[in-house]
Amino acid sequence: MSLKALDYETLNENVKNCQYAVRGELYLRASELQKEGKKIIFTNVGNPHALGQKPLTFPRQVVALCQAPFLLDNPNVGMIFPADAIARAKHYLSLTSGGLGAYSDSRGLPGVRKEVAEFIQRRDGYPSDPELIFLTDGASKGVMQILNCIIRDQKDGILVPVPQYPLYSATISLLGGTLVPYYLEETDNWGLDVNNLRQSVAQARSQGITVRAMVIINPGNPTGQCLSEANLREILKFCCDERLVLLGDEVYQQNIYQDERPFISSKKVLMDMGEPLSKEVQLISFHTVSKGYWGECGQRGGYFEMTNIPPRTVEEIYKVASIALSPNVSAQIFMGLMVSPPKPGDISYDQFVRESKGILESLRRRARIMTDGFNSCKNVVCNFTEGAMYSFPQIKLPPKAIQAAKQAGKVPDVFYCLKLLEATGISTVPGSGFGQKEGVFHLRTTILPAEEEMPEIMESFKKFNDEFMSQYGDNFGYSRM
Amino acid sequence: MRRFVIGQAKNLIDQTRRRPRPHHNNIRLLSLLASDPIPVSSSRFFSDMTGSDSSSSLPVTLDSINPNVLKCEYAVRGEIVNIAQKLQDDLKINKDAYPFDEIIYCNIGNPQSLSQQPITFFREVLALCSHTALLDRDETHALFSTDSIARAWKILDQIPGKATGAYSHSQGIKGLRDAIAAGIEARDGFPADPNDIFMTDGASPGVHMMMQLLISSEKDGILCPIPQYPLYSASIALHGGSLVPYYLDEASGWGLEISELKKQLEDAKSKGITVRALAVINPGNPTGQVLSEENQRDIVDFCKKEGLVLLADEVYQENVYVPDKKFHSFKKVARSMGYGEKDISLVSFQSISKGYYGECGKRGGYMEVTGFTSDVREQIYKVASVNLCSNISGQILASLVMSPPKPGDESYESYISEKEGILSSMARRAKTLEEALNKLEGITCNRAEGAMYLFPCINLPKKAIAAAEAAKTAPDTFYCKRLLNATGIVVVPGSGFRQVPGTWHFRCTILPQEDKIPAIVNRLTEFHKSFMDEFRD
Repeated sequence: MSLKALDYETLNENVKNCQYAVRGELYLRASELQKEGKKIIFTNVGNPHALGQKPLTFPRQVVALCQAPFLLDNPNVGMIFPADAIARAKHYLSLTSGGLGAYSDSRGLPGVRKEVAEFIQRRDGYPSDPELIFLTDGASKGVMQILNCIIRDQKDGILVPVPQYPLYSATISLLGGTLVPYYLEETDNWGLDVNNLRQSVAQARSQGITVRAMVIINPGNPTGQCLSEANLREILKFCCDERLVLLGDEVYQQNIYQDERPFISSKKVLMDMGEPLSKEVQLISFHTVSKGYWGECGQRGGYFEMTNIPPRTVEEIYKVASIALSPNVSAQIFMGLMVSPPKPGDISYDQFVRESKGILESLRRRARIMTDGFNSCKNVVCNFTEGAMYSFPQIKLPPKAIQAAKQAGKVPDVFYCLKLLEATGISTVPGSGFGQKEGVFHLRTTILPAEEEMPEIMESFKKFNDEFMSQYGDNFGYSRM
Repeated sequence: MRRFVIGQAKNLIDQTRRRPRPHHNNIRLLSLLASDPIPVSSSRFFSDMTGSDSSSSLPVTLDSINPNVLKCEYAVRGEIVNIAQKLQDDLKINKDAYPFDEIIYCNIGNPQSLSQQPITFFREVLALCSHTALLDRDETHALFSTDSIARAWKILDQIPGKATGAYSHSQGIKGLRDAIAAGIEARDGFPADPNDIFMTDGASPGVHMMMQLLISSEKDGILCPIPQYPLYSASIALHGGSLVPYYLDEASGWGLEISELKKQLEDAKSKGITVRALAVINPGNPTGQVLSEENQRDIVDFCKKEGLVLLADEVYQENVYVPDKKFHSFKKVARSMGYGEKDISLVSFQSISKGYYGECGKRGGYMEVTGFTSDVREQIYKVASVNLCSNISGQILASLVMSPPKPGDESYESYISEKEGILSSMARRAKTLEEALNKLEGITCNRAEGAMYLFPCINLPKKAIAAAEAAKTAPDTFYCKRLLNATGIVVVPGSGFRQVPGTWHFRCTILPQEDKIPAIVNRLTEFHKSFMDEFRD
């Protein structure tokens, strides 16, 4: 008996079209191999705790107490929890209307949103309104909600960097919109040239697309570059001129590995530029507890802040948020803790700083180890990871390899990455999952494997790459770049 | 997997000569170099933003946002609640201005916000999983029950690296899905496959996912009960589909008639709508009825015959208050009819928000997806993977809900006492409120067989309806606003759930603590009397 209820043919086309390589073919193959007993190093997703990074102690103490508030009534609680964690747990519980198990306001607990606003104000030097901050189950949910408001039909275009984190391409697909790519320049450290932007927009418009918004990922994913202040100013002016809403994905703002270009928020630059831009440019900024030195991916905590979005539009966004009732309350508390961490003088301060610094300094070292490791390989060129959590080396595939890939029915970088996986257990994401120029191939790996394992991993990669290049290479003709 | 990967390869964002395709089939990409214009389809009512809104040149305004967003409504947190929140803020400074001294939120099934306590065992396990260092300390044994420590270890062993802060498998941690599948099997007597389980941040995201898969255009219809929990109408609107209503029969305890389903299906077909699925909420929300097994068998047969996906919202499965009714999952009913994977497409939704656990704020739940081909399931997986995974703490709770302490476990006695305490109290409150409502002039209220709500029918006098019209408000909203302003009690007007035209209802939860119920009953009774005195024909 055939089921006509829901078969592949009648599925929503938008669903079929959407792709998300981060958990696509390579990851599924790696999972299969893992089940067969092969040791897999998962470097496909920015998931620090899965690769041995320890959670920060203080927030876990606070949330444990919030999970089981009866502990706070126990006279012995001070024996295993420091006093500041106990105080903080009481503080956050008092912000809820019934503890972690009650739906909060659909925008998130007002008390936590206030803490987020205060954080933004301290960071940028400009006031921030808690009413314009919505907490979400991860930044991804926030991105989806905002794009859902913007995209009306396939004539609405969203400017997205190439390479990009495929949440954007997948969501635009799901919502039936159009992705308008703007290319980052690999030879210029993945720099953003405003002329590229103008060309992309003009081209889109000539084809009847209404370009509505521009996405920037700063620091970049998968590319890691940190935008300069000058670049940000250009982008904001561009958005003003072209009347685009700027979507600032700033989830990696704590992950900076060089000192030339510290993180500056899009909001700060916008406010610095003064009127009329500061009153006209529409900006939505995204942040998360999943990245930084917190790495609390599994909590699903994030927020977005809206700037210059009219009140009635904010109401509509609130309305849609209310259908999902509320973001999860534990993650809201993680967010509160992230934006208002222990202060000098707090009992837990020293430990907190030690743990945080340890993680960040190690990430900085690993960014360097990986970049150098890739650059020491034949036919591999890798820009330095200025920020975020990834390395995105370019693999110059010889023509024979490209041929072999074609014969195997695979995109060349997928072919390479599968071979890498089978040979070494290193599970990466092929560059085609993020977008790249035609004929140029990359892979994305994270810089997250433990520092002591890095040299071995890079050795393993080098060995594989040497063998691959011997098998498929000759000394002439590489993939174009 | 190959199909979507090759599809992915075809959809690469790339610079050269990719012609934009003129129809909807692929990601619409733009090449920098192509010069053919995309054939412009019939222009929509929102033109290019520059001309659309003379009062603002901002790109994102009410005039230019997705019209589906504008269309969708969700009354549970709508207008009345906004008024209530303002009143609550004002109460803090103007205590004497009001004939009540607190707002009582009876609009939303949010038990722990009204002082219901979480189940101790569950929270012990969660606390230990939140801060695993506790498990290494001797003092922990003095603070936590032995079996909660054992369960925490068991769960952590199922999580790679014991890392509760890591993204999990996009369907949820395998070991936890195993526990849930075992729980489903113990409940139903039929096996469940952990690979059929998709864990979500509450049941609601699962419903959205299914609507996304099922709905391609307004020609796709979903049969929904009227009255319904407005997640369904909102989700259908957001995804651009059509809600095909089927009316529950108030006179027969909100019964579901197959003849009504057939009628509505035919009606929809005649309007050119392809009905894709049937949503059933059992126990019902807002109506609280528990379906009889016979009714359920008829529904299963109907879906099978008509080729509809059965969307079974079973989040209130542990909330049944009457001895003559029992919850049976649709999965159990279908399997007991001999129907398997090839016979019926069924998606069953469960949540940690309701039952006796009431863990709304944790956002946990799952859908069990059976009777779909593997290529459809791959697509469900793919959509789930874009959001990476649901929150781990919620996943842990879902597994605890489906495999709670058993007789013999150290925590069993206290667990059972907490559970039965909560459920018996809910049954008492349901009865008390139902009886009180039925005493009111012009109000009839079906009993709450299950769920967490009462949905009384108010026979509004003509004068009241006229007053409502003059105030440009729906009559039931008019009543509910008056109720709020007189008593501080927040309920949701029936129009938020839809109802037979010309009838008026409101939904009130049974959740305020038992000691508050008499005061609520008194205030409600007084208000209603004075309302009827004012508007009686």
